[in-house]
Amino acid sequence: MTAFRIRHTASRFLIHLTLAGGSALMLVPFFWLLSSSLKAPHEIYVFPPKWIPDPVRWLNYREVFEVVAVLRYTANTMIVTIFSTLGVILSSSMAAYGFARLRFKGRDIMFALILSTVMLPYVVTMIPVYILFTRLGWIGTYLPLIVPDWFGGPITIFLLRQFFRTIPLELEDAARIDGASRPRIFAQIILPLARPALTVVLVLSLLYNWNDFLAPLIYLHKRDMFTLALGLNALQHFESGLDWTHYVMVLATLMVLPVIVIYFLAQRAFVEGIVLTGLKG
Amino acid sequence: MQSSPAQSTPAAQTERGLRFFHRLSFEETFYGWLFIIPAVLGLLFFRLGPVFASFYLSFTKYEIITAPRWIGFANYTKLVTDALWLRSIEVTLWYVVLFVPLSLTFAYTVALLMSRDVRGITTYRTLWYLPSVVPVVASATIWRWGLNPEFGPINFPLKVLGLPAPRWLTDPDWIVPSIVFIGLWGLGNSVLIFLASITSVPRTFYEAAEVDGANGWARFRHVTLPLTSSIIFYQLIVTVINSFQVFGVAYVLFVSNPSASSAGPNNAALFYVLYMFRNAFGYFRNGYASAMAWILFLVVMLLTIILFYSQRRWVYYETEGGGS
Repeated sequence: MTAFRIRHTASRFLIHLTLAGGSALMLVPFFWLLSSSLKAPHEIYVFPPKWIPDPVRWLNYREVFEVVAVLRYTANTMIVTIFSTLGVILSSSMAAYGFARLRFKGRDIMFALILSTVMLPYVVTMIPVYILFTRLGWIGTYLPLIVPDWFGGPITIFLLRQFFRTIPLELEDAARIDGASRPRIFAQIILPLARPALTVVLVLSLLYNWNDFLAPLIYLHKRDMFTLALGLNALQHFESGLDWTHYVMVLATLMVLPVIVIYFLAQRAFVEGIVLTGLKG
Repeated sequence: MQSSPAQSTPAAQTERGLRFFHRLSFEETFYGWLFIIPAVLGLLFFRLGPVFASFYLSFTKYEIITAPRWIGFANYTKLVTDALWLRSIEVTLWYVVLFVPLSLTFAYTVALLMSRDVRGITTYRTLWYLPSVVPVVASATIWRWGLNPEFGPINFPLKVLGLPAPRWLTDPDWIVPSIVFIGLWGLGNSVLIFLASITSVPRTFYEAAEVDGANGWARFRHVTLPLTSSIIFYQLIVTVINSFQVFGVAYVLFVSNPSASSAGPNNAALFYVLYMFRNAFGYFRNGYASAMAWILFLVVMLLTIILFYSQRRWVYYETEGGGS
């Protein structure tokens, strides 16, 4: 019995040690990012590494606004993120309602087709979609980043459809007897009840669009149209002759910060979203 | 007037029922399509349509300004002799071979540890997942410093201990391993998915195994592993597909503009999609780039099919044997 006890405690201790050590390793880069953003440039690349900035250079956070159009990039990123998210939520929840609750010819085939594109490599569609937007004269605008989201996302549709199917039919039937139309049922019964699932979609979409690099890289070329991702990339390759590493670190911190805040605020939605989209099938 | 009530009642009912059904059906069809029409258009214009369009374009020479010109298999035959294309395949395959097994074992092991009911487990889960939400550009920024051979914190302990310290992002042999390393840092998604599947294994299975005298390893080997194999399989496919399409990290770290002619020393960071991107958006060789896209698409599809066939040997589905 005691031998078992000891082994049990020992294994627990080992698990703690591994997980705590691992967590610490995972966090080191964040710590360093923040620490470097508060250093003078010549203090970032030194050996041995200096973990705590001395002196703390708060000035970096003021100066960065003079070097880079931080506010502009942030506003641009927000425009893209907000309008894409609105679009994907509206169009996907509509489609999900159709697929989950209405019976009509062609429904299952359409759903299967849409679902089958979940694993489609993005590289196969990238060029024709670019050509399509070139023909429409949309290169250099935010439309190529926003408009596709208004036509539904396969994973989002799947996730919402699964959730809508769990809402009791009686609620809908009762409303229909009272003469409510389908759009009204959708807007006033289904959507309010689906808040947990919509939160998941909201959070995932905010994160995806805020972080996205490839699509802005393809479609946005003018500096004052840049999103934060493009701005951060450009700043690293900008040949100024001066060492701007500390500004790079400040900009990266400013870009990561909102993501971390959202993550902590909506952690449950995050976890559920990842698991739900990962555990289908 | 023989049996008018008896005859009319069921018939009339059926008819009324049918008419009701038709009305319902029309209303449902109308609104059904109304609700799904944006998604269907999205499917046509942004997914299915482009797949076929890029197939067609792969047989043409197309530089946006002029109309696409049919050149048959010329793009494909040209690719085979394109040294950079072959290099990009080499780089990408090396990455896939390293990343897929490493990330799956690593994520599964971490998930196993996290499935244990120890104090503070939610904190650990939260912290481990944090790197996964970091934007790819920021993560590349962080690791450009982190993997710095002279001053970075990865080499710091190695140097202190007098161990050989790799020149991560500057040594061609270490570039792919560096990208793998960065990928492993942001592994939270797979961990979460594995964790969910491991914790959903019913307790009764473990209790039964214990009654049979199974020790820790046997319980893992004969209960946990088979019952989570379908998720391992799913993750394997997703990881393979994604590994073939690495782009962002390598672009931020090694490329300064779309038409830049190199990707790291000795083109050691010339990932497949990077080279395709350069052809499409740096040189506007859209036909050529489409051929590259389709080859990648076919390879990924083929691999997925092979994996699907192989799963019969090792993936356990509860519905098959669980019933009896």
